[in-house]
Amino acid sequence: MEPTRTRTGWRQGASRWWTRLGALDPRYLTAFLITLVLVVGEFQYGILGGYARLATALAVTTATEAALSWLLRGRVVNLQSAYITGISLSLLLKPQSGLLWPFALGGFIAIASKYVLRYRDRHLWNPSNFAISVLLLLAPGSVAILSHQWGNDLATNLVIWAFGLAIALRVGVLHVTLTYVPCFVLLALVRHRLVGSPVLAEVAPLTGPMYQLFIFFMITDPRTTVSTTRGRMLVAALVALAEAGIRIAADYDLAWLRPLYPSPPILALAIVGPLALWWDLSRSRPVPARGGAIDSPEQAAPILEPGASRHA
Amino acid sequence: MSRWRWLGAALAFAAALGLTGWLGRHAPNRVTPRGAGTLGFRLQEVARASGIDFAHHEPTLDPKLDHLAPYIAALGASVSVADVNRDGWPDLYFTNSRFGYPNALYLNVGNGQFRDVAAEAGVADLNREGEGVSMGAVWGDFDNDGWEDLLVYKWGYPQLFRNLGGMRFQDVTQAAGLRHWINANTAVWFDYDRDGLLDLYLGAYFRSDVNFWDLKTTRIMHNSFEFATNGGKNRLYHNLGGGRFEDVTDRMGVGSTRWTLAAAAADFNDDGWPDLYLANDYGPEELFLNQQGKTFVLTRAGLSDDSKSGMAVALGDLLNRGRLDVFVTNISEPGYLFQGNNLRLNLLGEAGRFRNIAEGVVADAGWAWGAQFGDLDNDGWTDLVVVNGFISADRDHDYWYAMSKIAGAKGNIFEDARNWPRIGTASLSGYERSRLLINRASAGLKDVAEEAGLTDRYDGRAVALADLFNRGVLDLIVANQNGPALLYRNTVAAPHHWIAFHLVGTRSNRSAIGAEVTVEFAGGKQRRVVDGGSGFASQNDRRVHFGLGAATRVRRVVIRWPSGQEQAIANPPVDRLHLVVEPQR
Repeated sequence: MEPTRTRTGWRQGASRWWTRLGALDPRYLTAFLITLVLVVGEFQYGILGGYARLATALAVTTATEAALSWLLRGRVVNLQSAYITGISLSLLLKPQSGLLWPFALGGFIAIASKYVLRYRDRHLWNPSNFAISVLLLLAPGSVAILSHQWGNDLATNLVIWAFGLAIALRVGVLHVTLTYVPCFVLLALVRHRLVGSPVLAEVAPLTGPMYQLFIFFMITDPRTTVSTTRGRMLVAALVALAEAGIRIAADYDLAWLRPLYPSPPILALAIVGPLALWWDLSRSRPVPARGGAIDSPEQAAPILEPGASRHA
Repeated sequence: MSRWRWLGAALAFAAALGLTGWLGRHAPNRVTPRGAGTLGFRLQEVARASGIDFAHHEPTLDPKLDHLAPYIAALGASVSVADVNRDGWPDLYFTNSRFGYPNALYLNVGNGQFRDVAAEAGVADLNREGEGVSMGAVWGDFDNDGWEDLLVYKWGYPQLFRNLGGMRFQDVTQAAGLRHWINANTAVWFDYDRDGLLDLYLGAYFRSDVNFWDLKTTRIMHNSFEFATNGGKNRLYHNLGGGRFEDVTDRMGVGSTRWTLAAAAADFNDDGWPDLYLANDYGPEELFLNQQGKTFVLTRAGLSDDSKSGMAVALGDLLNRGRLDVFVTNISEPGYLFQGNNLRLNLLGEAGRFRNIAEGVVADAGWAWGAQFGDLDNDGWTDLVVVNGFISADRDHDYWYAMSKIAGAKGNIFEDARNWPRIGTASLSGYERSRLLINRASAGLKDVAEEAGLTDRYDGRAVALADLFNRGVLDLIVANQNGPALLYRNTVAAPHHWIAFHLVGTRSNRSAIGAEVTVEFAGGKQRRVVDGGSGFASQNDRRVHFGLGAATRVRRVVIRWPSGQEQAIANPPVDRLHLVVEPQR
């Protein structure tokens, strides 16, 4: 009897925890996850390369968000999404030693893009994605993107994957992740057949930390993707397809596409994401601006209120 | 009003984009032309004119590695300097790395010409099937008979040659107890227990059970790009005297299995005992502090924070503080990877750690390999030379993208060489320009390679410095992978003074390897160490050279001999080489 009661108690506890998790603003969950990644990565592997980078990125993103929202909306908005952008940039940007300007300019460009590059009152690019793409394309001599492992510690990776999947599910964007990953694997097999590279080499990127950040924080950003579940899945598949195109071009060394080769997924999303959102917005009726549209531009909150993920 | 505000934000946004582009175009790794003729010195490549026509050939490997051969076989070019025949002129030894291709020993004839005598000396034909191929060499008088002996380390069996004098060498490897297969890419002579006999540290790269010509498995690669510890085990051999060595690796605690590419020995913490500094590929640098010759302790010293691709260890006194600072080369490639070189100020005395101050041109030298400190313009401040470039092949095909597929992946994927994409004829950080960083004291280091005449685009591996023509200036010798050896003859036009020392140990090893010389002059006090192997696959002249700038007087010279004895010399005359024999006491 005792074990049964214990099991029941455990289930009830988990259920309560899950319900409470669901009641939380999704931005808190995302902020928690990316902070977890930051803390684990820094203490295990020293991924930041100096706290000045983190401080610069966070200071610039939050200050820019505060200033632009006050200037253009008349009030200072919730700074959580700026916090998430700042941490994303700190994790993903790997510039030359001693350079802080990529974090400062990247932070400003990321946040400002939300206020400047807009269509029908929606920003088109995921801010981190836009800033990283701009830095990679305009300043490749100074900036690279995270391309390293964070060790081979399976436990660390499992923790990030477990939290990532749970939170993606709770935030209602798991379908994006679960579309992109199989598409990537499928297209990796196609690339393997096409270019003759070892199959594991083609699948390998998916096992790295850059992809963990990409599939949990960037491609899942509902504010910069289309309005329906089916549409978002289609966009995820198209991003994977565009990425595969860039990768095949890289394998054949097409010189004119060389600037895209250092980070195919980031740049594929920067190309496909805004086009899809623009197309989606242009064929739907204008949506009146909402109070939360700017202050939660990067994360799930406004359109992932209960029911939002069931638009389809 | 709102529209105007949006316009303001848009303008700021556009300005940020413009500024990013401008900063991108003015990245510190780009060449900024400066006026020639202001340097005060000039390098001229004279290898062929001096009779040096050596060309390195990369190893051929087991066919199982054909798809990755250029990547794996990209090591082996080395140069080491020694006065082999004791005629007062530094000679040069270059290694080759393909079966049947000879190493070269260029005897400095003294009239600006060199002559290869390796074959008659018996140190040419070392690259043979079943024996392995040469990766580098270090000279040191291990038997204290007054003649510099030769240790050639290999992917294979190392070979120790006793210099018999008269340009004759005897292979004493077996008797010395050194005939153990090791895929070594660095070696250092140093006397860790101060018993007057040179001991030997061998740094292994690939595991020692890997035979590249009879592979049992392709699971031979590193299992992490940042934290790999599955490399070969380094070895410390204690010189017992009588031509015999004993493996004391485990007892002394220096058997690192990181992927060691370079090592250097010096007394970094000023306790009178030589320490070991390792540059490891796919992992952090390691500093083993010597505990009075009884054991070594791996210390953090601020080194474990960085995990990079260390490829050379150069020692120099950057700021004339009387300390030995450390420069370690790493990889930088636009868009893909900025590990950055490390220029570590030695603050062990006051802070218990090194502080990395590398940025700009110091941090980014491409795919950097060999490096050495030396005062090339004799202005009293030590300069820094860096050679670089990994694989220069087809200019239209690049391997960086292909490598990036696996670089961030789980280690058990790329640990197996079979899972690496085919490299074919692609380049990988090829055709890079070397760097010559002139030390402008408080103005920092400036890259003047192009103006100075260091202009080749070969895949540089090793660089050594020596006053080859006994003129009081340091010349450069560069060993290129799969390319010709180069000799850059230095001409210093500026009216600078210099002083140099040739040390002979008595209680210490005869080569005086590990002796530390500190010169006190108007420009401060500068320290140098007698080299038992440093940089990458290289060894500088045993004679230590100091530029003095305008100073016409040296107040004092302090020599700390490897035996622990300290010797001071007051007011030695400048502009000359001093022969100093260790006092017997």
